Amino acid sequence: MTAAAEPLLQATALRKSYGRTPALDGADLTVRAGEVVAVMGPSGSGKSTLLHCLAGIVQADSGRVCYRGRDLTAMSDAERSALRRTDFGFVFQFGQLVPELTCLENVAMPARLAGTRRRAAEAQAAEWLARLEVGEIAGKRPGEVSGGQGQRVAVARALVGSPRVVFADEPTGALDSLNGERVMRLLTDAAHDTGAAVVLVTHEPRVAAYSDREIVVRDGKSRDLEQVS
Amino acid sequence: MSIGHTLLGLLESGPRHGYDLKRAFDERFGHDRPLAYGQVYSTMARLLKNGLVEVDGIEPGGGPERKRYAITDAGITDVDAWLRQPEKPEPYLQTTLYTKVVLALLTGRPAADLLDTQRAEHLRLMRELTRRKKSGDLADQLICDHALFHLEADLRWLELTAARLDQLAKAVTS
Ligand SMILES: Nc1ncnc2c1ncn2[C@@H]1O[C@H](COP(=O)(O)OP(=O)(O)OP(=O)(O)O)[C@@H](O)[C@H]1O
Ligand SMILES: [Mg+2]
Repeated sequence: MTAAAEPLLQATALRKSYGRTPALDGADLTVRAGEVVAVMGPSGSGKSTLLHCLAGIVQADSGRVCYRGRDLTAMSDAERSALRRTDFGFVFQFGQLVPELTCLENVAMPARLAGTRRRAAEAQAAEWLARLEVGEIAGKRPGEVSGGQGQRVAVARALVGSPRVVFADEPTGALDSLNGERVMRLLTDAAHDTGAAVVLVTHEPRVAAYSDREIVVRDGKSRDLEQVS
Repeated sequence: MSIGHTLLGLLESGPRHGYDLKRAFDERFGHDRPLAYGQVYSTMARLLKNGLVEVDGIEPGGGPERKRYAITDAGITDVDAWLRQPEKPEPYLQTTLYTKVVLALLTGRPAADLLDTQRAEHLRLMRELTRRKKSGDLADQLICDHALFHLEADLRWLELTAARLDQLAKAVTS
């Protein structure tokens, strides 16, 4: 953990409503390089919205998101999507793998989109699949593998481009305890080895225990537990 | 659970006789284990000696049951410190945590902060166990997992209680 490091990503006073429904009501979050931050809180409290705003997927109504000194909210859509491709990785609960592609092709895709040639991209992908202990399913399609294997493929895909930040929204939500633990361990170890920070949304305290610190979101407001006691 | 602190907290709303204190305690916290009179009087004697309560009045007749106790400023500070201090995380804490939350609500202290402080303490231990698990052998892992599941159950209770705090506040102060 690098407690004293400069913030890599910093959200301040984020507000976001969907129609009349307030999703964020002045949320803050700071992520430093290489740390794992867990975002917890009740269902509907705004965790996913916060993650989406941080990642530049959703634009907040007000507030700022700074990534390495640049204001994400002031960028063009094209700049933001370029940034997501080069600097961010994503793991969701499910539905993130392209069903028509093999697991290997899925993992190779971010590299392909970034302009890496097919052979090189697939070699990298194979390496990551092996590292996540699912090398043997490279040729299968997502529909032909178990939930736990699929999540490891998703983690491999999130990490293959060496992102600085991995956003994970309930990455173990559909897995049993043992597989959830395996995925968390592989995710945090790999992030640690590559120096990537992880923003981890989870309901499960045992999953949050893989983090370096926690933020609790309630009614769209964030609370840093380190500052409570 | 600390009976002394609990009795002190109950005194914050006003002076009471020993038998009255026992009744208030049993009503709120003594569901499966009512206090014995002897325990109330020995506890009050200790609190008196430590200056945390004082005798506010004595009914004629003598004997400990005639004394009416009032909390002192030192007593209030003591309750405050107890409520702020998170409990050492361990399985089966629920009665102490429940008592603290109810006392905080009864005495107008920030119960949500108490829950968050406890939550942070629990997560700290869970992180430590998770780290230990990573470097340990299978036996270590199983032992740590057992503790982790119990702590997780506590934490879920803390979460649920935080979500129902307004409701609980109404119930205890009505
Ligand atoms: N695309 C959307 N359109 C309309 N309302 C939305 C949308 N996304 C979120 N909301 C609303 O915003 C609030 C916060 O939702 P969000 O998904 O951020 O919560 P969450 O904390 O991630 O919940 P969960 O734990 O159930 O995933 C909720 O009231 C939700 O209904
Ligand atoms: Mg969500």
